[in-house]
Amino acid sequence: MDFDLMLKVYPFFLEAALTTIVLSVLTAILGLFCGALGAAARLSRFALLRFAGAAYVSLFRGTPALLQLFILYFGGPQIGIQLDAFEAGVIGLGINAGAYMTETIRGSIISIDKGQREAARTLGLSRWQATYKVILPQAARLMVRPLGVNLNMLVKATALVAAISVVELTYTAQRYIGSTYKPFEMFLLAGVLYMIIIYAVGRGVAWLDRKVQIT
Amino acid sequence: MSEPLHFVEIRHAQKSFGAVEVLKDISLNVERGQIVGIIGSSGSGKSTLLRAINDLDPLTGGEIWLDGVQVNKALPHRQYEKHINAMRQQVGMVFQHFNLFPHMTARENVTMAPKLLKGLSQSDADKLAEEQLDKVGMLERIDYYPSQLSGGQKQRVAIARALAMKPKMMLFDEATSALDPELVEEVNLVMKKLAEEHMTMIIVTHEMDFAASVCDRVLFMDKGIVVEEGPPEILFKNPSKERTREFLRKHIEGAK
Ligand SMILES: Nc1ncnc2c1ncn2[C@@H]1O[C@H](COP(=O)(O)OP(=O)(O)OP(=O)(O)O)[C@@H](O)[C@H]1O
Ligand SMILES: [Mg+2]
Repeated sequence: MDFDLMLKVYPFFLEAALTTIVLSVLTAILGLFCGALGAAARLSRFALLRFAGAAYVSLFRGTPALLQLFILYFGGPQIGIQLDAFEAGVIGLGINAGAYMTETIRGSIISIDKGQREAARTLGLSRWQATYKVILPQAARLMVRPLGVNLNMLVKATALVAAISVVELTYTAQRYIGSTYKPFEMFLLAGVLYMIIIYAVGRGVAWLDRKVQIT
Repeated sequence: MSEPLHFVEIRHAQKSFGAVEVLKDISLNVERGQIVGIIGSSGSGKSTLLRAINDLDPLTGGEIWLDGVQVNKALPHRQYEKHINAMRQQVGMVFQHFNLFPHMTARENVTMAPKLLKGLSQSDADKLAEEQLDKVGMLERIDYYPSQLSGGQKQRVAIARALAMKPKMMLFDEATSALDPELVEEVNLVMKKLAEEHMTMIIVTHEMDFAASVCDRVLFMDKGIVVEEGPPEILFKNPSKERTREFLRKHIEGAK
């Protein structure tokens, strides 16, 4: 193991890790947004919206994320979508993560006992009032942990954008391998940084989960 | 159809879940201030009938009238939602499993709907919560969460929550069935208190003694029909139908 080399290049890896973090945060925000919309569609009163939600989920969970990125980044210009690699990465991964989050959010909502909605409705609350006063506050508490799992997967999935040359951790490792011929050290360095990010995410999720629990 | 003569009128109520007919042409009148008990074996349709009154389980046939207004009238979706929300505000319901909102304290459980639907200020809402929780003997636990309360206490908070909307009538669906035996009495006492205040109530129960002591009238249901009804002294002591006798025999012996 070439520790000297690792010490020499790690500042560049830290910079790349920052890109991975920014990419993850933006992707998570877009993913949550798409997930909330997707779940609302899946649970809608209207069959057409339910169908659209189901189609979204099966399309994006049923094909490789890498392929989705390629279609967006390489195929996009052909149909008039011009994105730089970073934008394509955020949008592609965000929409993909949203499909998984749709199912997470929907799962938390439907696991709330149906007596809760009934009790709210018997008091005279409308469908929407029952949803936002009674169902969503309870579902939100339930979804913290499973959304944490989605977030964990999402951080790791950001490595895929190396394939469209976004200069994040994995891409940086590959680039330094090209000049140093030390794949073990370079991937190890990237791996350690991924682990630190994932560990921080895990701690954050656990903290939030504890914080939102009802006494 | 003609104008209703009674406070609550159920006319030829019919309900099917798919091919299964759960309520078969049930008619029932309840006067203001009356307390009606419904007994019957499991699956006879007691809950379905009760839940039809506030449209939780909409009827597939027949009419329900409350205080001169038809509950299940035919209206376009949006208007119907408005109408039914207004009707439900007038009917309090208490469930076997309490269905308290676990993310809200007793106070919040009681005040949420009045604040949201009647625009009560926080100070008025607090006064209301104190008043209603005091009535059910739960004032000391006003800032407790449901998870910190016993079953009997939860059910009393649930009753206070329903009463806070100042309903015209109350529906109880086996309010004490999920409780440990030693907690039944505290809930029964609250219901008796409501009876003394002449709250109109329909009470589905498996407790014959309780039904006999508070109800003006008791209905025995079996397989989706009302087999027999009458004042408790008569229905319990001297029922006219063989099916009623058999049910009571089983039930009263089962209890011993
Ligand atoms: N949502 C539903 N879908 C299908 N069938 C239902 C539904 N709700 C109730 N039923 C059926 O309707 C019948 C009457 O049910 P109901 O709950 O009204 O009985 P009950 O008299 O309240 O019984 P219990 O004493 O057990 O509470 C039962 O056979 C039940 O299986
Ligand atoms: Mg029942």
